[in-house]
Amino acid sequence: MMKTEYKIIASMIENNSSVLDVGCDNGTLMEYLKVNKNTNIRGIEISKEKVQTCIAKGLTVIEGNAELDLKQFPNNSFDYVVLGQTLQAFINPELVIKELLRVGKKAIVTIPNFGHWKVRLNLLTKGTMPITNSLPHDWYNTPNIHMCTIKDFVKFSEIIGFKIFKSLALKKKNISNINNSNLFFKNLFGELGIFLIEK
Amino acid sequence: MNIKENIKTLIIEKPLKLDCGQTISNFPLAYETYGTLNENKDNAILVCHALTGDQFVTGINPITKKDGWWAYAVGPNKSIDTNKYFVICANVIGGCMGSFGPSHQNPKTKKIYGTEFPVITINDMVNAQVNLLDFFGIEKLFSVVGGSMGGMQVLQFVSNFPDKAKTAIPIACTSSHSAQNIAFNELGRQAITADHNWLDGNYTAKNSVPDKGLAVARMAAHITYLSKKGLQEKFGRKLQERDDLKFGFDADFQIESYLRYQGSVFVDRFDANSYLYITRAMDYFDLVKQFNGNLSNAFKKTKTKFFVISFTSDWLYPTQENKEIVIALNSIGANVGFVEIESDKGHDSFLLDVPDFLKTLKNFIDKSFKEKL
Repeated sequence: MMKTEYKIIASMIENNSSVLDVGCDNGTLMEYLKVNKNTNIRGIEISKEKVQTCIAKGLTVIEGNAELDLKQFPNNSFDYVVLGQTLQAFINPELVIKELLRVGKKAIVTIPNFGHWKVRLNLLTKGTMPITNSLPHDWYNTPNIHMCTIKDFVKFSEIIGFKIFKSLALKKKNISNINNSNLFFKNLFGELGIFLIEK
Repeated sequence: MNIKENIKTLIIEKPLKLDCGQTISNFPLAYETYGTLNENKDNAILVCHALTGDQFVTGINPITKKDGWWAYAVGPNKSIDTNKYFVICANVIGGCMGSFGPSHQNPKTKKIYGTEFPVITINDMVNAQVNLLDFFGIEKLFSVVGGSMGGMQVLQFVSNFPDKAKTAIPIACTSSHSAQNIAFNELGRQAITADHNWLDGNYTAKNSVPDKGLAVARMAAHITYLSKKGLQEKFGRKLQERDDLKFGFDADFQIESYLRYQGSVFVDRFDANSYLYITRAMDYFDLVKQFNGNLSNAFKKTKTKFFVISFTSDWLYPTQENKEIVIALNSIGANVGFVEIESDKGHDSFLLDVPDFLKTLKNFIDKSFKEKL
């Protein structure tokens, strides 16, 4: 079954474009984009095992780390660069965002929303770091070292100086647009934020 | 038994201008094939061998009577499946398994070449091998594959012939031989030339063999093909058929005995002068310099799909050097995949039973073959 997140990402990508999937995992999104959007797609993935899975699917993937290995791609190498739910795992998310926007003409970034009401309630009532379906780790073993909220990301765009073309909030299978007037609510109820950005 | 009966040879009539300036023609290129070339002639894979390899990739080597050097990876149902693909491998020129090399007779002097043989480069080796494609009527290889020096040939091949391979798989190699690589090769050459039986390279005419020197060269090189961890796990400080140290210079330790054995079997199948020539070819390999410091330019014209593979414990051709190739390809938007395989078997990993490597190699090849590239 195709994740709703992937379908939304695909809907933001034009047919026949070139795409780099950063942190491409087992290549599910790559396969989908290859088949449905006829994209010229490449992936970069840190896990050796997952790279091998992608190769077995016939996908072109390099083993690497976005913080260190994006620099080998020249400016505007791809029409789109996709970063799915991993921005919060980087030591330097600011650098990664800048690299995405250098390598890609556009970037699509998705973030698990730390501003979701369950997360907030979890911390408020229990007084311990929140554990939810989308954030299943304990504080001491989580790969997510730079969690942010949908609102944080919108503010981040102003600070770094990139444009948000499209921003969507995903709640279960419900997709809705985020705008200035509903930001408070989307930040409270959205589980995932999906952003199409450009420098 | 006449060794030559078991060796297929193509006589290359067309003159080949070598990098050293000399031109050779009417020279033999020994080769072997496995599998069947299909009707469209689009299932051919050129395998390039490493320093001490030869054309006998798999099955039983008719000369040594041992398994071919890449029997783990090549054969029916293996990573390079000879039920599906037509595998071609040539003995490199400068080699000693039938191809034109220093043990051949110079037609002008009627003497064995020895060190009068022209110095060969990786570029020369590749330019000689491409004649096999014409011989079989193959317009485009499905793949060109090789590890170590074989990987260098893969890079050079695609650079020289950008539209002659759909895919290319350079494994555990480099685009430019490092100072450390050259140093180890020089150690081997010095061991050979220091052997008083080497006789300035004229040993065959004088019924002599510099086997001590060649064995030491092999022993030293063999250490560089393994990892410290691999050696420690396999041998540790275990003693060789004795309960205690003998306070002498016999092989007390298993590792000593193992290296001596490796050296002794090597001299039976390899020519000392070929060892000098081929290591020299590796040392001269610098594709970066060939393209004025920009490796990307070596691949500018190619649409070939690359898959670069390195190994965690390979310190002879470490991951970083393999990654340089990936970086050069990505910087021109070439189609390149890359993985570093976890293995403690050192540089030799590509020749051994490393399941993750063999599986990934197979997956890449089989998937790419189905694709319309």
